[in-house]
Amino acid sequence: MSFAFWAVTALTVAGGLAAVTLKNLVHCALAVSVAFAGLAMLFLQLDAQFAGFAQILVYIGAVAILVVFAILLTRNADTPKEGGVFSRTWLAGLVVAAAVFAVLGWAVLAGAKGLPNEAAAPAVTVQQIGQALMGRYVLPLEIVALLLTSALIGAVIVAMHEAVNEKGGAK
Amino acid sequence: MSPLAGYLLVAALLFAIGLAGALTRRNAILVLIGIELMLNAANLNLIAFWRYGPHPEALTGMMFAIFSIAVAAAEAAVGLGLVIQVHRHAKTTDLDQMNRMKG
Repeated sequence: MSFAFWAVTALTVAGGLAAVTLKNLVHCALAVSVAFAGLAMLFLQLDAQFAGFAQILVYIGAVAILVVFAILLTRNADTPKEGGVFSRTWLAGLVVAAAVFAVLGWAVLAGAKGLPNEAAAPAVTVQQIGQALMGRYVLPLEIVALLLTSALIGAVIVAMHEAVNEKGGAK
Repeated sequence: MSPLAGYLLVAALLFAIGLAGALTRRNAILVLIGIELMLNAANLNLIAFWRYGPHPEALTGMMFAIFSIAVAAAEAAVGLGLVIQVHRHAKTTDLDQMNRMKG
């Protein structure tokens, strides 16, 4: 375990923790961007350059921006007046999350002996990934294209519903 | 500790953080952020197993992670569109106040 791994891990976990604990929603969006960047760096450390840069493009470039837009459109970047930022059932949620972490950590540590120790870095080029996407994985690729198109249209329709009703008067 | 176990533990920790965020926060947008963190933790597992698995040249885990990123992006777009529409309807994104199915 190298120093770079621990540094990036600390950055990622700190970003994730800040994202779920901070009061101001815009700060949460910034913190989750830090966590996404840390995950992209972990991908790069795992020699998955394509996935790492896709992570930066999709998550920091698109999802974080979408989250910021949603926060600004719903206009509640300020903290709620009463009751704090956590739900009434926060204790049960925390217990469930801790239990899930305990089970996952136990599973990993109990199976750590059977895990492969060191492997040579796989020599995979972007050209190979592109050929796999256009060859063996062409059907999933087309399905993802269809999914993204329908999600785009669906998101616009869901968010525009009120305006259509006002114009058409079909309430 | 082998490197793979380290990555798996980090992914488990991130998954737990995302789950805690999704279960404890009151704001719907923060719940979506928690879900995104959980999906990312799963992607880290896929990439780590691809890297240390027996046949990385088959690209299976990598492809799974790339498709998972695409599906997560679609999910985020639709989820945030729903949050905006719910906010327009109920004038709040506080999940504790959205407790009626009839609106």
